[in-house]
Amino acid sequence: MNFQAGRLIMEKIKEIILAAVPEAILEDKQVLTVTVEADQLRLLAKTLHDNKELPFDFLSQLIGMDWGDSLGVLYLLSSSADLSKQLLIKTAVKDRQNPLLYTVSDIWETANLNEREVYAFFGIRFINHPDMRRFILNDDWHGFPFRKDYDEDPAINPLSLESKEIVDVAPRIIETPNGLKEEKVPVFDKDDYIINIGPQHPSMHGVMHFRTSLEGEIVKKIDVHSGYIHRGIEKLSEKLTYPQILHFTDRLDYLSANINRHALCMCVEKAASIEIPERAEYIRVIMDELNRIESHLLAWACMCNDLGAITAFIYGMREREMILDIFEKTSGGRLIINYNVVGGVMFDIYKDFQKDTKAFIIHMRESLKEYHRLFSGNVIALGRMVGIGIMKKEDAVSYGVTGPAGRGSGWSCDLRKYLPYSIYDRVEFTEVIRTECDSYARYLNRLDEIEESLKIIEQLVDNIPEGDFQAKTKAIIKIPEGQYFQRVETARGDFGVFIESHGDKNPYRLKFRSPSMALVSIMPLICKGEKLSDLIGIGGSMDYVIPDIDR
Amino acid sequence: MLLEISHPLELFKLTAWLDSMLRSLMPDWGALLIEFVLIGLVLLLAYAVIALALIYIERKITAFFQCRLGPNRVGKYGIIQSVADMVKILLKEIIPIDHVDKILFYLAPFFVIVSSMLTFGALPFGNGLHVVDFNIGLFYLIAVSSLSIIGVLLAGWSSNNKYSMIGAMRSGAQFISYELSAGLSLMTIAVLSGSLQLSTIVESQTYVYHWNLFRGHIPALIAFVIYLIAGHAETNRGPFDLPEAESELTAGYHTEYSGLQFGFFYLAEYLNMFIIAGIATTVFLGGWNPVQIEGWNGFNEVMNWIPSYVWFFAKTGVLIFLSLWVRWTFPRLRIDQLLNLEWKYLLPINLVNLVVMAVLVVFGLYIK
Amino acid sequence: MKNIKIKGIAYDEFKDNEYLEKYVEELRSHGVNLVVGALDDLINWGRSNSLWPLAFATSCCGIEFMAAAAARHDLARFGMEVTRNSPRQADVIIVAGTIVNKMAPLLKRVYDQMAEPKYVVSMGSCAISGGPFVNSYYVVKGVDEVIPVDVYVPGCPPRPEALFYGLMQLQRKVKVERFLFKGNK
Repeated sequence: MNFQAGRLIMEKIKEIILAAVPEAILEDKQVLTVTVEADQLRLLAKTLHDNKELPFDFLSQLIGMDWGDSLGVLYLLSSSADLSKQLLIKTAVKDRQNPLLYTVSDIWETANLNEREVYAFFGIRFINHPDMRRFILNDDWHGFPFRKDYDEDPAINPLSLESKEIVDVAPRIIETPNGLKEEKVPVFDKDDYIINIGPQHPSMHGVMHFRTSLEGEIVKKIDVHSGYIHRGIEKLSEKLTYPQILHFTDRLDYLSANINRHALCMCVEKAASIEIPERAEYIRVIMDELNRIESHLLAWACMCNDLGAITAFIYGMREREMILDIFEKTSGGRLIINYNVVGGVMFDIYKDFQKDTKAFIIHMRESLKEYHRLFSGNVIALGRMVGIGIMKKEDAVSYGVTGPAGRGSGWSCDLRKYLPYSIYDRVEFTEVIRTECDSYARYLNRLDEIEESLKIIEQLVDNIPEGDFQAKTKAIIKIPEGQYFQRVETARGDFGVFIESHGDKNPYRLKFRSPSMALVSIMPLICKGEKLSDLIGIGGSMDYVIPDIDR
Repeated sequence: MLLEISHPLELFKLTAWLDSMLRSLMPDWGALLIEFVLIGLVLLLAYAVIALALIYIERKITAFFQCRLGPNRVGKYGIIQSVADMVKILLKEIIPIDHVDKILFYLAPFFVIVSSMLTFGALPFGNGLHVVDFNIGLFYLIAVSSLSIIGVLLAGWSSNNKYSMIGAMRSGAQFISYELSAGLSLMTIAVLSGSLQLSTIVESQTYVYHWNLFRGHIPALIAFVIYLIAGHAETNRGPFDLPEAESELTAGYHTEYSGLQFGFFYLAEYLNMFIIAGIATTVFLGGWNPVQIEGWNGFNEVMNWIPSYVWFFAKTGVLIFLSLWVRWTFPRLRIDQLLNLEWKYLLPINLVNLVVMAVLVVFGLYIK
Repeated sequence: MKNIKIKGIAYDEFKDNEYLEKYVEELRSHGVNLVVGALDDLINWGRSNSLWPLAFATSCCGIEFMAAAAARHDLARFGMEVTRNSPRQADVIIVAGTIVNKMAPLLKRVYDQMAEPKYVVSMGSCAISGGPFVNSYYVVKGVDEVIPVDVYVPGCPPRPEALFYGLMQLQRKVKVERFLFKGNK
């Protein structure tokens, strides 16, 4: 019934697309794929975004592509009302020398940083984009590394040890009645008091760089710089086989290492039609949830530390060690456990796994009470979280902020509910949603999600079926030609894997959708007008992981 | 009076003997000169030892709050850990930094350390262990201890670093605000005891119910709590550590300082904590007086055997522990919360409290 | 090796004693005055027991550094919990994580801002050689291309115990240094 209704809605969407852009080519693949010409992209985008019945107002992924003869961009859309409805728009541009596309950053704000990233990697510039600086790469980087004809010779881009001045001038291309006009605009006002928060800063959760202009203690504007830990994982992956790529996923968002890896494994399994044994599914989900708890504990600890409560930080790390023990006994790793493999998991669980896990559940419940006693009700802590960093639901959707942060703004966006993967459709848990939209809601969401994860583990841990923990796979895994998506819910939100395969043992293009990038992209908006101290506190409540952004 | 029982472990006999011996050997000015030098040396030594001990104690206590062990490698239980730190800091390079205001930059740490030393000198550590007994002792303590803010402001300004600057400005706002509260709460007690002279204040608090905290009952208790809060804020330690808020400003006003100059700031921070606790002990908790309860003669005699300086340090230690407890439990305040707390709550309460105390004294409603 | 004693681990249990002995021999080959030597010992004792770290944490290894400082492993036992966020006040910079092209100048700058004596621990395989990302166009192939390294701690990421072992090795190295007659080689 439900399935039927879903089909009907998608049929209607097809009609709407064809009515708006009759030339569009529709293909029913894993997701509905719409191919349009570059000049009709904006029209289609607007139509879909403003569609009343099922608005496609959540741009989940924006993927730059190099198909050899043409460059292009893929837009994976989803609806904030129902995340299971997905749609892919595909557009291409032939000109490799000066490729130009129209921006969609005024339709979906999250496109802002993503388009800058596409410019840095593929050299596609976006008309009407307000700030066409390269994201991630240095401004003076030669060449566009993700193009297939990129020359990796280190002599072209030698390592320089000289600190360069940061130039706060943003180039952009504006469409005027007399054609395109290139111009440069300053990012900050002339006599702004600018401080650099990061890249080497104690509470930036990594190497984020916020150029912040202040008025006294009040934040006036934030300019996000990134790329201080850009490792070119996606580019590296294009030369590696699928099992080899797996270990990169752990090092993206190292706090949700296992969940990330789960996503890539599922994507490959789905594409190569590998059935994985039931036992492996159970183990994977238990490990995912343990991973989520671990990540939330660290997030809680770091947020408390950012607000100046160092004891709370140590307490969070203390409980985390118990999970790390379980990880270590299972897989030998602590933080990065390299556990999922294509076709199942690397090792079987150890003998006392159930016992340890249950002991942990009991202990964790007690600790949660202690956390609330120590920090949640503290009058200073409340003053620094309640009503601070207000993120409205429309903004959260537009910037693509998912995970506990998005749910703190009242947006029901748990992919475990909407696109239940693995065995999430068989377990019962509540999606924690709060509508206060402030730091405190995000903070409490995380602690409540720990409780929900404990419930999931409780339901599974005693029912792990007997059998194999790994399916037999071929020595070389090849994926049939096509485009494949997999989205999972990590501790930070919607993590997506996109693979375009040309039938080889390595992907033609691999892209990870980073939930942290959305979290960072909204920081300038929600921190504006807050105090400098709250900027740090809000950052803690968003809980981004930088290597996930830079990849 | 019970206090006149001989105290075998007290030091005032030693100092008196030293004084008379020196005076018998040389003219008065010579004896005084030698005494000044000796006192200076002893104070400096005590200053260093107390600071080092405090650093060790804090690290150890913090560790226990946080389910850790704390330093345990250097010496038994890591007891000389801070000595190792001192040796290192003494020989650490002091980086000459371009673009700083050289004179002010080098002057700033001295302001901080000198002000805490001056305060330190005027504390009554025990019976007879009181270097200068001004008749305006309390006033002197308040006045001198507020000098250190100049050092902090200079450090922030002269470093030519934006973080330092913000740290210093925060510090200025914070210090000036809380200085009011600290001063007024001490004034409340000055009204009660009718004197600014520290020795008089201490000596008037013989029995436990004579301690100013209990003698002035409700207003004194309020003053005590306010003094602890304000004093804690003046030491720039968490939850009031905004000027050097690690997670926001890296190291705040002393970001650019290295080596011994940083060591000065570091020492002064701990010493200020001691001084605040010391003043609170002297003014509210009977100073170096032992715990004496009227009528319990046996008990009193035993308590009297414990020398006065031990009492002073014990009471101070309890207050320091309290301050550590607060520091490691609470998150940091934001600057507007900080100023709200002072100007909207503490200061009005304090002013009313002062009036109440005056009324109490006029009508003789305190415990006599 | 009378003065290279580390509490908790016997001299023979350390792995690279030959390296250290060679280092000592090189340093001591010109003889040393008894008094000066004793003073050197005192200084080295202080320095080796009070290595205040600056965590230059860029990625995963940073989390393990945090775990090392937290309750179970407790960096404080070695007197190293005083993490200084200002490079001016730190003694040892722990480079934890990948260093990429854009970060390298900043790492150099932070290192230059540190006061002497300063030491470098390169934590994790990324910092040692570029690790799994060694073929990337943007990754620096080891921190030693940027700053001189004293101790390498392998692992991806290294366990806290491994970091402690590395830091103890650093302590040993500091203990045999010569301060007063440095130029006497």
